Amino acid sequence: MGSQGRTRRGAVVTDPERRETLARTPSPVAWLLVAIAASFLGLFLVLPLVAVFAQALAKGLGPALAAIADDETLSAIRLTLMTVAIAVPLNVGFGLAASWAIAKFEFCGKSFLVSLIDLPFSVSPVVAGLVFVLLFGARGLLGPALADQGLQVVFAVPGIVLATTFVTFPLVARELIPLMQAQGNEEEEAAITLGASGWQTFRRVTLPKIRWGLLYGVILCAARAMGEFGAVSVVSGHVRGETNTMPLHVEILYDGYDFVGAFAVASLLALTALATLGAKSWIEARGPRRSVA
Amino acid sequence: MSIEVRAVSKRFGRYRALDGVSLGIEGGELVALLGPSGSGKTSLLRIIAGLEVPDAGSVLFSGRDATGEAPRDRGVGFVFQHYALFRHATVFENVAFGLRVLRRRDRPTEARIAERVHELLSLVQLDGMAGRAPAELSGGQRQRVALARALAVEPRVLLLDEPFGALDAKVRKGLRRWLRRLHDDLAVTSVFVTHDQEEALEVADRVVVMNEGRIEQIGTPDEVYRSPATAFVVEFLGQANVLHGRVDRGRARFGAIAVDAPEHLGALDAPAIGYVRPHDLELARDCAAGPALAATVREVRPLGPIVRVQMQEDATGAALEAEVSRHELEALGLAEGQRVFARPRRWQVFARPDVR
Repeated sequence: MGSQGRTRRGAVVTDPERRETLARTPSPVAWLLVAIAASFLGLFLVLPLVAVFAQALAKGLGPALAAIADDETLSAIRLTLMTVAIAVPLNVGFGLAASWAIAKFEFCGKSFLVSLIDLPFSVSPVVAGLVFVLLFGARGLLGPALADQGLQVVFAVPGIVLATTFVTFPLVARELIPLMQAQGNEEEEAAITLGASGWQTFRRVTLPKIRWGLLYGVILCAARAMGEFGAVSVVSGHVRGETNTMPLHVEILYDGYDFVGAFAVASLLALTALATLGAKSWIEARGPRRSVA
Repeated sequence: MSIEVRAVSKRFGRYRALDGVSLGIEGGELVALLGPSGSGKTSLLRIIAGLEVPDAGSVLFSGRDATGEAPRDRGVGFVFQHYALFRHATVFENVAFGLRVLRRRDRPTEARIAERVHELLSLVQLDGMAGRAPAELSGGQRQRVALARALAVEPRVLLLDEPFGALDAKVRKGLRRWLRRLHDDLAVTSVFVTHDQEEALEVADRVVVMNEGRIEQIGTPDEVYRSPATAFVVEFLGQANVLHGRVDRGRARFGAIAVDAPEHLGALDAPAIGYVRPHDLELARDCAAGPALAATVREVRPLGPIVRVQMQEDATGAALEAEVSRHELEALGLAEGQRVFARPRRWQVFARPDVR
């Protein structure tokens, strides 16, 4: 048993070594490809990012910080964070339920459900926003009835949360479905035969198995919820200090020729994007190593 | 605990996995469910465990109907073919799982859990491995962790799905002898699924041979090997020479040879098939010992302690295979192209209705 393990490990070691020697002698073609990729990245990713920060700090750090400390900006930040705090847990709950159902059970209409989950990706966010206006607007299907109850959805916070939830709806589920399908059911069945209840099986077996995928989905979902513009723009009504999220606020400031303010808020958004990227690569580096070794 | 399976049927869509299967297993027995893939043996095991619900029929544990019971209430331990260890947890936590999910009032203290886990790890000869992750273990070690995990909850029935299927030949042989000893020490009723006849014959008290969702034969390893009930059992339990002949009122005739076939007294000149295992074919240079099949040697191939002799029957052109000891071979002085006489020592005769 032992000697076979060693030979197997030995064989694995020689392979990457060979690959490394191949990689150590880059050909002119490799250089060309790297140059193309690097210049593309520089032009479309790094340069704009630098421009955002440069514009924000064009008049120094003071005005930039002052723009962020502005009441309306702070209210936009609060609204954005609140939207994220509602939309992400909703979509985590939904994503877990949907991926559990899809990965663990056979039922008719399964492929239809899968394509339905993808719908928010294939529909333009503006159309999504319009759907909510049609449903909940003053002349919409449900709007008048809800207005009678004193509940305003469109041009108010509930509409923004709804639109954001809709747009970020597939992110957690999309991340979990293939993961859960690949992992199969055996560990859960083992837990059940060992006497675990449904909840114990979920908490002690399924959740640890999918935790990295779930965390990844949550981060993507949060990032997208923060940055959503189109759908939110349609339902928000742009009431300053009340229904303005950060991306909408950037637009208003920019339209008002307040470039420092616009780019200061934009750099906050860019920073959250960078943080997402960092968290994402941390998970990618850490997740598989933890689950394999 | 005894297990009784009564007329269990199960379909998956259009595929019929089990078709009215009935089976009784005594408490403390070690039973093998043996059959080719798709014979329904794993479905039967999963139904006993409660992981699948039968479409019809019932499962009784010690006479109590358990058909509708959840797996957690049945007191069964299940060992999965691919082990199904919790990949995120250490060996220790894998084994401790069944104790940790007990209802609070039944749950042992942390110290007692640790003691029990170490007991079990030493039982499966994995002392010192408690802190490892499943991915750091070899296949045989994982299998033993899976076994320790299943034993932690003190099951009254141990169910094993292809327990040695994913291991290489050498580890497999050692592990199955070890499992047999473990079963004898623990005195727990055990059922294991296998497609390897050698494994079933070596380890089990009784063998249940399955084919296409039905049971072909239940018996001790010796019974199923020496007195197979159907042609399928003969063919599945190892190599056999197939001879075509006729059976008439309890007497079967294959070329020059006539044998008694008392189980076919009612057959009137019906087509019959005779099976002879290669080691039951006696070779001689003449037919002085009695009627024999005349054949020509095609190949002589030594295989370790025995020698396999391939022949062609002169009358029908059918291929025959015999296994003789090296000693016999030297005495006979066989070479390719030579004439030999093959005389079967043991026969299995099946009249046409039994023949597939």
